[in-house]
Amino acid sequence: MSVKVYIPGDAAALSVGADSVAKAITDQIASRRLDAAVIRNGSRGMFWLEPLVEIETPRGRVAYGPVSTADVPGLFDAGFLEGKPHKLHLGLTEEIPYLKNQERLTFARCGITDPLSLSDYVSHGGYRGLERALKMTPEQIVEEVTASGLRGRGGAGFPTGIKWKTVLNTAADQKYIVCNADEGDSGTYADRMIMEGDPFVLIEGMTIAGFAVGATSGYIYIRSEYPHAFRQMKRAIKIAYDKGYLGANVAGSGKRFDLEPRMGAGAYICGEETSLLESLEGKRGQIRFKPPLPAIKGLFGQPTVVNNVISLATVPIILDKGGQYYRDFGMGKSRGTLTIQLAGNIKRGGLVEKTFGLTLREAIDGFGGGTASGRPLRAVQVGGPLGAYFPVSLLDTPLDYEAFAERKGMLGHGGIVVFDDTVDLAHQARFAMEFCAVESCGKCTPCRVGSTRGVEVIERVIANDDRAKNLELLNDLCEVLTDGSLCALGGLIPYPVQSALKHFPEDFDKPAPLPPPQAAGRTQERPSWR
Amino acid sequence: MSGAKSWDADRALSLVQGLERLPGALLPILHALQEEFGYVDKAAIPLIASALNISHAEVHGVISFYHDFRHEPAGRHTLKVCRAESCQAMGCESMIRHVEERLGAKLGGTTEDGGVTLEPVYCLGNCALSPAVMLDGKLYGRVSSEVADFLIDDARRHA
Repeated sequence: MSVKVYIPGDAAALSVGADSVAKAITDQIASRRLDAAVIRNGSRGMFWLEPLVEIETPRGRVAYGPVSTADVPGLFDAGFLEGKPHKLHLGLTEEIPYLKNQERLTFARCGITDPLSLSDYVSHGGYRGLERALKMTPEQIVEEVTASGLRGRGGAGFPTGIKWKTVLNTAADQKYIVCNADEGDSGTYADRMIMEGDPFVLIEGMTIAGFAVGATSGYIYIRSEYPHAFRQMKRAIKIAYDKGYLGANVAGSGKRFDLEPRMGAGAYICGEETSLLESLEGKRGQIRFKPPLPAIKGLFGQPTVVNNVISLATVPIILDKGGQYYRDFGMGKSRGTLTIQLAGNIKRGGLVEKTFGLTLREAIDGFGGGTASGRPLRAVQVGGPLGAYFPVSLLDTPLDYEAFAERKGMLGHGGIVVFDDTVDLAHQARFAMEFCAVESCGKCTPCRVGSTRGVEVIERVIANDDRAKNLELLNDLCEVLTDGSLCALGGLIPYPVQSALKHFPEDFDKPAPLPPPQAAGRTQERPSWR
Repeated sequence: MSGAKSWDADRALSLVQGLERLPGALLPILHALQEEFGYVDKAAIPLIASALNISHAEVHGVISFYHDFRHEPAGRHTLKVCRAESCQAMGCESMIRHVEERLGAKLGGTTEDGGVTLEPVYCLGNCALSPAVMLDGKLYGRVSSEVADFLIDDARRHA
């Protein structure tokens, strides 16, 4: 029986050399004539330990990390194939506190299985949700999802079951399931990890959604910044077709569900659901007026479920174990687990799937171990570029949709970006406006023009040019953006700006004017086309 | 990008025809053209417009909306540097300034010898290992100025 060696094929692990480590290990196995097989798993989400190599032993999987190619011969000399001690030895993977203290429901298999092995998927509980769904009526499936309390994990937090019910109750010849995999928020990578580390769970979730609402066709819209995830989804979809889990007769049920991955083209706004639908239709990714809701008139004018990757990837476990099981995790109106992504200036960055209710401080200090630089933490941005900057005094905020809303912040997709005391919040506020200007779809005036004016006003504030008056103007502009924008980009960009002003006023009150950073937006790349 | 072929109308037409029946075919077509030629030539616009029965303006509008589509070939290598918040928190701005100086090219520009195109990107999904860059489609994490130098030098040696 050959020893199994797990080396992640996740893009983040590859970004710090997992491929070269895999090659070095394969070479050593060959030259030492050992009986061992290398498996490229997903990531466990402990990125500071990547490349994390695991060995399957009779006691369980033993971890070593972070492994570099230079460490490989020494690991073999130390007998790491038997799980023996070495300076990189981390003990049993499951016992590492970072992992042990999580409640992994959506990510139950990620990092454990071979992502492209359907038999691995099934032997680890995969397709049990679909099996149960096939014995239920569409109404019962929707009811189960509603009972679970699952809310859209993309950021808006809209109850998934209610969205599905609307699509189910809207009669049409053709309905669609669209997965929003345009994970553009800085500080987030959970969608990418699922697509690379457990793609079948997303396929299963979308299939169940299709049966629940009567949709026979689905699309996964994946951002082009994720070429690795796109290739992985494409491979997994092909395998699912070959093995009869997609197509005209899903799992022998006689029911059809087709699925196709589509690649975005570098527009942040296409993470907004109506822009995404426009883009899928082959148009400019400009947002649509709502109503009509996509659930009534979505892709190609048909009723469409648009859900985030994590929402859809959570559906199989809800169907498998029941809505009540999932609902028993969580707090208040935030049920189940949140996939927290620790990012930025953090010592132990990674994925933490945890029941709602953990505080920011517990996530950052407890799991994350504080800043990477070792300097004091000064600001935290939660929820991506449209999320508020929180100061240290708000670190006891629980990670819960309502708790964040009360403090004029948003949980969004669960990304937490940590900054140390070198951060300049006036600069961050300026960046927020610049980002909005670069990524605005241009449909509504507050966002299209307001963002550019916002950059200018903040630059005048920084330059100490009639500061009081310009600060007033900035607040006024933020109000217009909040109330007058068509979608969340313009509507929420005041969050980072006004939170920076509110919690870090001293950064807007510095005497020495900084030279404004070069406006190096993407618009400069191609002046003749813009 | 390295390996791209020069513009060929017949080849372009066959790519367009291979995809024109897809629902919402325009993005897949543009991606296919860019993958083949490294950019979307203006000569492709009438081909696409007639295949999809839409106006030239609509095709042009879509090409110009998305950051990904180029109207001229990039350098032999493309270095995308992330300048989003997570990477900022780990000092990407000084790394980017260093790379700009070293290459003698600004974000959005190409080195004089056509070797490297430098592009800003807003998040590569590698935020636990910031700063991140993507060189010719390959992701790298914890990219200090020194690592960036190494990556660029290594790429240039091989092409």
